[in-house]
Amino acid sequence: MKKAIKIISGGLLVLLISAFTVNNTINKGYKIGDVAEDFSLKNIDGKMVSMADYKDAKGFIITFTCNTCPYAVMYEDRIIELNKKYAPKGYPVIAIMPNNVEVKPGDALPEMKKRAGEKGFNFPYLIDESQNVFPKFGATKTPHMFVLEKTSKGNVVKYIGAIDDNYKDAAAVNTKYVEAAVDALLKGKEVPESETKAIGCSIKV
Amino acid sequence: MKLKVLFVAVLIMASCAKNKKQESGTETTKEVETTKEKETPLEVYDFNGFEKFLNQKDDKIHVVNFWATWCAPCVKELPYFEQLNDTYKDENVEVLLVSLDFPHMYDSKLKPFIKDRKLKSKVVALDDPDMNTWIPKVNEAWSGSIPATVIYNKNKSVFFEQSFTFDELEKEVKQFLN
Repeated sequence: MKKAIKIISGGLLVLLISAFTVNNTINKGYKIGDVAEDFSLKNIDGKMVSMADYKDAKGFIITFTCNTCPYAVMYEDRIIELNKKYAPKGYPVIAIMPNNVEVKPGDALPEMKKRAGEKGFNFPYLIDESQNVFPKFGATKTPHMFVLEKTSKGNVVKYIGAIDDNYKDAAAVNTKYVEAAVDALLKGKEVPESETKAIGCSIKV
Repeated sequence: MKLKVLFVAVLIMASCAKNKKQESGTETTKEVETTKEKETPLEVYDFNGFEKFLNQKDDKIHVVNFWATWCAPCVKELPYFEQLNDTYKDENVEVLLVSLDFPHMYDSKLKPFIKDRKLKSKVVALDDPDMNTWIPKVNEAWSGSIPATVIYNKNKSVFFEQSFTFDELEKEVKQFLN
């Protein structure tokens, strides 16, 4: 009898602990230092794009973004600038639209194509149609940035978070987190601030 | 006409009185600006000014919801927070709706929204672009997506980066009532 109580209370304890862990492990997906798996996603021109296509890249600036999130829209110009500045240095931007287009019709492929044309996106704008890629990265919102460094063991996650510290006003920015990360990697140094937080629109599933 | 002038004067006096009570300097200037919009007053805070709403040491159960008018899942769940505020107001539950709308949309979007939806819960606006500094102060686990909700009393606090149904919300609040 005592043994039974012990087993039951032990079981309860495990349940209790696991209930708490479920609550606390919101941050799934890649951590700093993890190797990111390659993807093959459809671009707005209909062609499939993978990181492996970029033979000469030293790394990547991956952004999960979309048409319909005002924060993402506010950062469009700055993402274009990032690609302009860093693609020639070996860190091209790849944008991935993670939303379920049934929930957000404004993010459907024809709309993505339209937006990219209007803004003059100078980088691929891919759609995560199966919604399998963004959970691997652990992206939770748009915009959500990941800087990867190409190494002999694969594309290693070096930075996760925001583009900079002022969404409202590019002129009032104090720290350009993504630029600081890529600049450090280009010099072979450690990324000064490898994780940052910003408000964004939840990814629609 | 005279009435209108009187109304504005009263409003300005009321907001001045309110400003005096506040401690932090930065938010008061912002609040004066917003009184330009005469119909719907709106309290606007930077994080320093706002932080007190996350640390009230009274006997209430505080439900603090971060939302924005442009966030579809946030707007969808707002009625549940309103319902909660209404149903449990006699049980010391207080809902605070913290808008993360963009300041240039306060007059064009947020205030009309508050008015049209007849929101009964208190609404404040949080305007602080240095998110990397304040998001972890709300909760370390918050990645920054909204909706997000904090439920707390003077003894404990729980955080949710998710959408709620009324039942789910009620269930969480009931854990504080027992």
